[in-house]
Amino acid sequence: MRLRIKFKKYGPVRFIGHLDLMRFFQKAIRRAQIDVAYTEGFSPHQIMAFAAPLGVGLTSNGEYMDIEVNSITSCQDIMERLNKTSVYGIEVISVKVLPDTAGNAMASVAAAAYTVRFREGREPAMPVSTVLPEFLAREQILFTKKTKKGLKEVDLRPGIYQLNMESMESIYMLVNASSGGNIKPLHVMEALLERENFPDESRREENSVEQSLLITREDLYTNIGTEAEPKFISLDEIGEI
Amino acid sequence: MIEEKQSKEQLSNNKLALSDDILMRIEKPERYIGHEVNSVVKDKSKVKVRFAMCFPDVYEIGMSHLGIQILYDMFNSMEDVWCERVYSPWVDLDAVMRRKNIPLFALESQEPIKDFDFLGITIQYEMCYTNILQILDLAQIPLLAVEREEDCPIVIGGGPCTYNPEPLADFFDIFYIGEGETRYDDLLTLYKECKSLKTDRVEFLRRAAGLPGIYVPRFYHVTYQEDGTIDRFFPTEEGIPSVIRKELFMDIMQEDHSAASYSSYPAKPVVPFIKVTQDRAVLEIQRGCIRGCRFCQAGQIYRPVRERNVDMLKSIAIEILQNTGYEEISLSSLSSSDYSKLPELLDFLIEECGRKHVNISLPSLRIDAFSLDIMSKVQDVKKSSLTFAPEAGSQRLRNVINKGLTEEAILKGAALAFEGGWTRVKLYFMLGLPTETAEDIRGIAELSNQIAATYFDTVPKEKRGGNRCQIVASTSFFVPKPFTPFQWARQCTKEEFLDKAYQTRTAISEQLNQKSIKYHWHEADASVWEGVLARGDRRLGQVIRRVYEKGSIYDAWGEYFNHDRWLETMEECGLSVDFYTHRERSLEETLPWDFIDCGVTKEFLIREWKKALEEKTSENCRQKCQGCGVSAFGGGICVEEKKL
Repeated sequence: MRLRIKFKKYGPVRFIGHLDLMRFFQKAIRRAQIDVAYTEGFSPHQIMAFAAPLGVGLTSNGEYMDIEVNSITSCQDIMERLNKTSVYGIEVISVKVLPDTAGNAMASVAAAAYTVRFREGREPAMPVSTVLPEFLAREQILFTKKTKKGLKEVDLRPGIYQLNMESMESIYMLVNASSGGNIKPLHVMEALLERENFPDESRREENSVEQSLLITREDLYTNIGTEAEPKFISLDEIGEI
Repeated sequence: MIEEKQSKEQLSNNKLALSDDILMRIEKPERYIGHEVNSVVKDKSKVKVRFAMCFPDVYEIGMSHLGIQILYDMFNSMEDVWCERVYSPWVDLDAVMRRKNIPLFALESQEPIKDFDFLGITIQYEMCYTNILQILDLAQIPLLAVEREEDCPIVIGGGPCTYNPEPLADFFDIFYIGEGETRYDDLLTLYKECKSLKTDRVEFLRRAAGLPGIYVPRFYHVTYQEDGTIDRFFPTEEGIPSVIRKELFMDIMQEDHSAASYSSYPAKPVVPFIKVTQDRAVLEIQRGCIRGCRFCQAGQIYRPVRERNVDMLKSIAIEILQNTGYEEISLSSLSSSDYSKLPELLDFLIEECGRKHVNISLPSLRIDAFSLDIMSKVQDVKKSSLTFAPEAGSQRLRNVINKGLTEEAILKGAALAFEGGWTRVKLYFMLGLPTETAEDIRGIAELSNQIAATYFDTVPKEKRGGNRCQIVASTSFFVPKPFTPFQWARQCTKEEFLDKAYQTRTAISEQLNQKSIKYHWHEADASVWEGVLARGDRRLGQVIRRVYEKGSIYDAWGEYFNHDRWLETMEECGLSVDFYTHRERSLEETLPWDFIDCGVTKEFLIREWKKALEEKTSENCRQKCQGCGVSAFGGGICVEEKKL
């Protein structure tokens, strides 16, 4: 039986990297005495899969992990036990039993939603609302990203499904998060603000776009439509309590 | 449930000492954010004493140390004390903190150490001494104890290096000599009394100096003779003891936790987010060692052997695994094979851990039929290797160091292991032991060769499956330590060490089975300074300070250690490396650590030193009491019935 566990990540623990978060949950599952399934062999490990890794420093309202269990009490009970043994800032908000047909969390991710805010005193010179229409009107948004192999130019535009001001202070975006075409919210923001001579070149180290943003992942989605006409639903909508 | 959650939120410190900008730019920010599972957060308005417990090395090393977990648990079990942790900021953060003038902070509260009542530093190895100054400096606490004002924390040192605290005497207000479980209650009670009466710092220290196990270096004076050796070491005030006797935790053997002064074992150790060096649950099964190897300091200073109760260990093991979620557990002691209830404990753990999918990581056990049987149950034989620590290459030299491991036992163990399917063997040796000859060094190569030959004799060709055996021989360099029978011995120079390593390598390359033997040796530079600091006196304080001020930290890390800088500073201070470590000391000389009573008498050490030179061995504590003096503590193996 597979469970899909949705959790939030906030506060100081946002600096915990993805691998360490996995290690955290392996221990938390033991502490919570969940009847998790193990692989065979001399060093058995829990059967678990995480959806898209979250960058260090980002907070999230919608992270997912699937685990294989031999038996369960109830979804509510598992959630409570995990939260009881968790630390401040890692909080399980839903546990559901997955249907046998469901793909695993990692493979099913197609899109991710983020909200982006600026840190106090680090707003760009030109308000985002004024540059947004032109940005979205472009046919191509070329962005040079650093990869392990060096610099690589990519077109961000097809992967930006939605991008708008949510309020005066925050920007909402829904972007491609599939393994082939994952788009980082930071890259979108860098491309968006690139021409604005974003604050003060001389103090670049501290005022780079990255250092200016507070990014929260809101949720992860899977595509139940087609590639041409996608229909995104939250990973949380699959499975039953 | 709801209450728990609220308290978690209330107790969380959302505000970190370091800004996001800094945390995003340094390596492994998780080292500095606290919030780990089982870390203790208290309401600071409700505690009287704030204690910062420090391991002066990087987080991953410090978090692997059992002693800190024990003391952290002990202090936090005291209602009016809040103990937090602090480790050395890595070099990247070190630079940022200096540039931005950020004071060093404790992990739990994220508040500056300089506002605490105590800063306790565990001193586990000599090469961390400059890191101690880094901690003080970053904490914005004056380096010299005598320059500290009333509102500075009391800086207190503990751990094995305090058995010769003299090179660090200038930097500490107090050294606590011996095991931490016994005297902190008294010390903190005295502190609270003094604090409420507004007694000044020096007066508190004066009174503390009257407590057993407590050494306050400022109340002692040293004079030197013309040849540089100590003339006199004496208290400067009436009422200050001239000898400090180590503290010993006898209640460790208690069956019933509640009966002891501090009895419990940390059942809820802090679980780090990042992978640390010792990333598992640790069960201390006994303290001390019956063996009496003559080079080993731990074997002397932690005497007498005290075994923990096996039933207590079983129940605590279950509790720790439940409270931490660790997927691995290991046993800790100086010589686990000597723990009398080892089979019973291991049977229990294998059963219990098998059910819980927990791995058992075995400590170095004496290789025999029993241990091989256990190992084959808990490890993948094909992937694991076996370890022998003969320490010396010849039987003659093994007798000198009193290492009771014979060639016959090694070869027999190896044959059994090869039959059981193991193909990899690790061998540990020391170079530069007293009386060592070229012949002894050749012995290292010959023993390695014989083990390889044993493989070919034991495992028929058709069963080898194209594999050969892998023997990995490693040598470290011998550094004489205080309170060992070798404390008078001469340490080799760097050149001698390297020559010995070269001889070993050459001898190995001449062996018939040399293709099956790999050889590793340690750096020689650091061993020289380890030797200087281990047996140094108060005059070395200025060297440590200057070398730190020139930029040395993380000397225990090869990439940051700067041999030439140490050498140059030593010369500037008019001190000589030869004097501290390359000369043999006379038995009459007053040694810098003579004022400490570690339980083992000087007469015993002299007796053992002489026996060593005569190549005579001594029986272990379980076979026959050697009269080392520690029976005066009236506990442990000294009062157990002797088994013959």
